[in-house]
Amino acid sequence: MAKHPQKPINLIKWFDPRNKSLGSWAFILNRITGLGLTLYLFLHLIMLGQLAGGPEAYDGFIALVKNPIFLAGELLVIAAAFIHGLNGIRIGITSFGIAGGKQKQLFIGLMTVAIIAIIYFAIRMFTH
Amino acid sequence: MTQTWSITYEIFRKKGSQAAHYDRFEMKVDPDEYVLDGIERIWAFHDRSLVFSHACHHSTCGACGMVVNGVEKLTCITPIRSVTKDGGVIRVEPMRNFPVISDLSVDMTVFYQRMESVGHQPVVSIAHEDSKGKFDPDDDLLRLSDCIECGLCISACPIALTTPAYLGPAVLAGAQQSGDLNLCVLELVDSENGAWRCHSAYECTEVCPSHVDPAWRIMDLRKKLVSRRIKKFFGVK
Repeated sequence: MAKHPQKPINLIKWFDPRNKSLGSWAFILNRITGLGLTLYLFLHLIMLGQLAGGPEAYDGFIALVKNPIFLAGELLVIAAAFIHGLNGIRIGITSFGIAGGKQKQLFIGLMTVAIIAIIYFAIRMFTH
Repeated sequence: MTQTWSITYEIFRKKGSQAAHYDRFEMKVDPDEYVLDGIERIWAFHDRSLVFSHACHHSTCGACGMVVNGVEKLTCITPIRSVTKDGGVIRVEPMRNFPVISDLSVDMTVFYQRMESVGHQPVVSIAHEDSKGKFDPDDDLLRLSDCIECGLCISACPIALTTPAYLGPAVLAGAQQSGDLNLCVLELVDSENGAWRCHSAYECTEVCPSHVDPAWRIMDLRKKLVSRRIKKFFGVK
């Protein structure tokens, strides 16, 4: 069998939504949210490391994260989790031959649920 | 009454090791003509060095697949009206994820070899084809398989873009359709670069001009592979 060299340079084209169908938009969203959640995991662990600095460092950190910019960042994490998780359910279902012909309807339905959940959390976070 | 549109074809050009570029050809066309008609006219009246593949002109041979304004199309059945407007541009490029031989023509040798390796059958029983993979060996009525091996699905696939080792939608759909998952085929499709490499972007099904629905077939193939593994685990024949 002939060798087929990988082309990692083309990875960037995965994120180009031009002339693409809904399935590709779902594909792109899943990659962006997946990368975002992975980045958040590292940031989260770094933030948790602040606890080692004692009660004062911890209180200072808590005061910082109550800043609206941090709240908006947390809302992005929640949005990414809902989009990635619900889209993951769609992929899981269709990947084993269930409702493959209805993947667009599944995507629209699950993303509607995600949007409702994100709006709910946004209201809760910014009104308390 | 026949309409006449003034449009510009932007044709991808590349010969040997020369740098790729686009040549522009301004043309008067009937918008109900097909994109391939315009390309042929460019070859006939403007530039005889233009290389492109075509044969049947009625979506049976699968030779004239190209990327038209960023989307994979079988150019012999793509009306000019559907891809541009009067005064507009039609950018024509060779299919992605295949080596370019010259201009708009690509090398599909590896693709054809893979189709053969998985036992793709160009002629199938009617019951077999119409029931999306349910095989009826007693049926003696035959028809051509829906897949015309045009390669558009592989050109549109984001995974084939980064991993040429990936078998690709048409090949996996061919394996699913053949129904014969013998050890040689299993080694190919039940592998890292087989059915499990698909990331569910569904572009293959979107661009398929022949209603093969490769994405559905890949998912069905996965179901069959999982079923085989479960049966094997429990010692069921």
